[in-house]
Amino acid sequence: MELIVQGIIKAFELIISFDPEVLGITWLSLKISGTATFISLLIGVSTGTAVALTNFRGKKLVISLINTGMGLPPVVVGLFVTIMIWRNGPLGFLEILYTPYAMIVAQAIIATPIVMGISLAAIQNLSPNLRLQILSLGAGSLQMVWVLIKEAKLPLLAAVMAGFGGVISEVGASIMVGGNIKGYSRVLTTATVMETGKGNFDIAIALGIILLILAFLVNFLLTQIQQRQQAR
Amino acid sequence: MKIFRSSKVIETLMIAALLFALGTANVFAAKQEPKQKNIILATTTSTQDTGLLDVLIPLFEKETGYFVKTIAVGSGQAMAMGQKGEADVLLVHSPDAEKKFMDEGNGLNRRLVMHNDFIIVGPGSDPAKIKAMKSSADALKSIAKANALFMSRGDNSGTNAKEKTLWKRAQINPEGQKWYQQTGLGMGQTLNVAAEKKGYTLADRGTYLALKKNLGLDILVEGDAALLNIYHVMEVNVAKWPKVNISGAKAFADFMVSKRIQAIIKTFGTDKYGSPLFFPDAGKKVEDLGK
Amino acid sequence: MTEKSIIEVKNLIVQRGKVTVLDIRELSVGQGRSLSLIGPNGAGKSTLLLTLAGLLPLNKGLLLFAGKPVNDRTSLAMLRRNAAVVFQEPLLLNDTVYNNVALGLKFRHVSSGEISRSVDEVLNYFGITHLVKRSAKTLSGGEAKRVSLARAFAIKPRLILLDESFNALDPPSREAIISDLQNILEQTKITAVLALHDREDTLRLAQDVAVMSAGKIAQYGTTAQVFNHPDNEFVANFVGTESILEGIVKTVSPDGMVMVAIDGKIVEAVGRFCAGQKVYCCMRPENVTISNNIQGKISARNVFDARVNKMIRQGFLYKLILDCGFPLVAYITPPSCEDLGLKEGVRVMASFKATAVHLMKREK
Repeated sequence: MELIVQGIIKAFELIISFDPEVLGITWLSLKISGTATFISLLIGVSTGTAVALTNFRGKKLVISLINTGMGLPPVVVGLFVTIMIWRNGPLGFLEILYTPYAMIVAQAIIATPIVMGISLAAIQNLSPNLRLQILSLGAGSLQMVWVLIKEAKLPLLAAVMAGFGGVISEVGASIMVGGNIKGYSRVLTTATVMETGKGNFDIAIALGIILLILAFLVNFLLTQIQQRQQAR
Repeated sequence: MKIFRSSKVIETLMIAALLFALGTANVFAAKQEPKQKNIILATTTSTQDTGLLDVLIPLFEKETGYFVKTIAVGSGQAMAMGQKGEADVLLVHSPDAEKKFMDEGNGLNRRLVMHNDFIIVGPGSDPAKIKAMKSSADALKSIAKANALFMSRGDNSGTNAKEKTLWKRAQINPEGQKWYQQTGLGMGQTLNVAAEKKGYTLADRGTYLALKKNLGLDILVEGDAALLNIYHVMEVNVAKWPKVNISGAKAFADFMVSKRIQAIIKTFGTDKYGSPLFFPDAGKKVEDLGK
Repeated sequence: MTEKSIIEVKNLIVQRGKVTVLDIRELSVGQGRSLSLIGPNGAGKSTLLLTLAGLLPLNKGLLLFAGKPVNDRTSLAMLRRNAAVVFQEPLLLNDTVYNNVALGLKFRHVSSGEISRSVDEVLNYFGITHLVKRSAKTLSGGEAKRVSLARAFAIKPRLILLDESFNALDPPSREAIISDLQNILEQTKITAVLALHDREDTLRLAQDVAVMSAGKIAQYGTTAQVFNHPDNEFVANFVGTESILEGIVKTVSPDGMVMVAIDGKIVEAVGRFCAGQKVYCCMRPENVTISNNIQGKISARNVFDARVNKMIRQGFLYKLILDCGFPLVAYITPPSCEDLGLKEGVRVMASFKATAVHLMKREK
């Protein structure tokens, strides 16, 4: 109990004093997970929408695969990405193992199926006639897709939250492909694991609290947008 | 009728995705430091957990312009990385495994850097009555006899390798015993588990000292020659793995054994823990250590 | 039809999976005409509308818009840009009424000033100017319907395709919307294809009617032709049994009796109409009495000498298609039928009360 109180006090000390290392770690976490979420959004929303709107053989199988992908274990992704990009791996020439880029890639792989699955469901949930209605008003294919995406923006925001929440709190893949290098690829989760290992529970708790606050703030912001949209 | 297919939609989306991917690739290319700048140092957790590398690496980077990516794992995994050419230089403490690593031609230029010692720690109540025993083998025998809980790292790290050697010397096979448990975690976490469960464990002195304040575990056995914890630096064999940054690896290894750094190692931790965590040994022979 | 054809299909086959859902040899809607598609659920009305809108692939056959085949991207885009579909559901976007109505214009990259003007105009037309800033999700059913109609008319389409959609509304809103739609169709002379359930709606909104059954067109013609001269039993049964006749009011008496001339015969009815007005006269078959000869006891105002053109067994009754100089439908029980010795070709007396005649205003 004393440890938790200490941790909370330490957390506020670190936050209030703008500890440069903690700030750096927090900022890096945001940048990496934000970029990964953004990438997953581009790929996930487009692919999810495309799958939802087209009919092809094996569509059910593809949807099952996407839904399975929503639960991809991060360590499996971490392992897979590591094997792909290590020096002697097929993508070794990129030389991105133990870099923030590798973390972005791994996190994007984790978040993409989540975003894709939710987008797919969101677009499928729209009335099938809506698509025809939009086309009949003279929309081109892209205009039609854009209107549908806009129409499904509430569940899509949920997809962003789920994707971001999934990757910012993820540690297994990040530590494997990022290496937890100080000032370079150390993010809130990997730092928390390390500080726990070092027995610095107060700092670990502090980092954990910052992570929580961060996740809360981002979700709060998105929820605000969502609620405002709904109320309109 | 072809015109009704939404293939155009997919096409467009795919092109968009591709453009984005290319864009990202450009960012990657632009931000990537020149290849030879990066050094991957695979090392044991103890060098990171004690904070030693946090002091040394910035010095090295500042002096040489190299960028060191420290991957802190167990010695076993560190050598596995070296074996696959996925690291450039290793700083590890598992001498038997290191010899095998060298014999298989995976490493170059194995040099002694420093040592400290392992200690057997346990709860103050000391149920196996091992306190102040001189021989680690006797202590382990007593633990086994008393069926007292012993936490093993079980992760193939240097400490774990040392622990296995010690059991062998004590002629005990603890595997599968009820009182013998494996955490599969790093040193710091294993110490915490041992503290929680009031068990014994083998730890390196550096990590123990760094964590001591929260633990409630006492040093029970120390000073046995068998408990020496010796760190070597090795460069990964570039002949075997051409992508290894050999000049960087050599620069780092040279740095570690240089007089100035050895002096820093000698005093590291004194201000914080009252005694040094490591003893610099560059240029010495293993046989002379601890004497 | 002499007008230039706006939308036309030839030898059309549309399949869903392996099931043929539309099989239409020929259908053409002329410029300014308004065609009502009627038929039971599943007859293919909605499918035909979507096909005409260029929203469904044809398995076989030809679709022509303004005389030109729709067979490539350009012609399809041309059709889609000039046709507006109003679905059964309002299908409004989660946005303001303004943005919903402006949607089609935005797709056409119309300037915002132009959009604003067009939206104002069409909102005004449908009497929903006050809703302009409202969120579409907060509208009542009738309001939403009006917005979806306004959205379709905002793009000034050459062809409007409207799927039957008024049944869910409460009677006053339904009446008001149909009335507005009737006005806009008449004023704009826009070509329209409407899938309707109701015969009365058909009379009000359309000049032509196509009765559909199982993906085929069972009969196609003007409303009067189809309703009064069904080609076959299916059509006869489906178009209902009411006789609907076009007439003109000749004289009106102060006590409210209206004399209507139909094909040279005079039918007496009750209602508030004035001389010279065009009307529909509707007579329900159960109100028509059949007898052998005038036996001096008939109290009905309308008595006609009629020929039995057709006898159709319908459940427990016979349905008689009579010719009294104008077509008339009557029901009769089998025993009465025997008593009167009815069969096709015999002559009978048909009578009905003046109050049994339902008069409707006729525009065309």
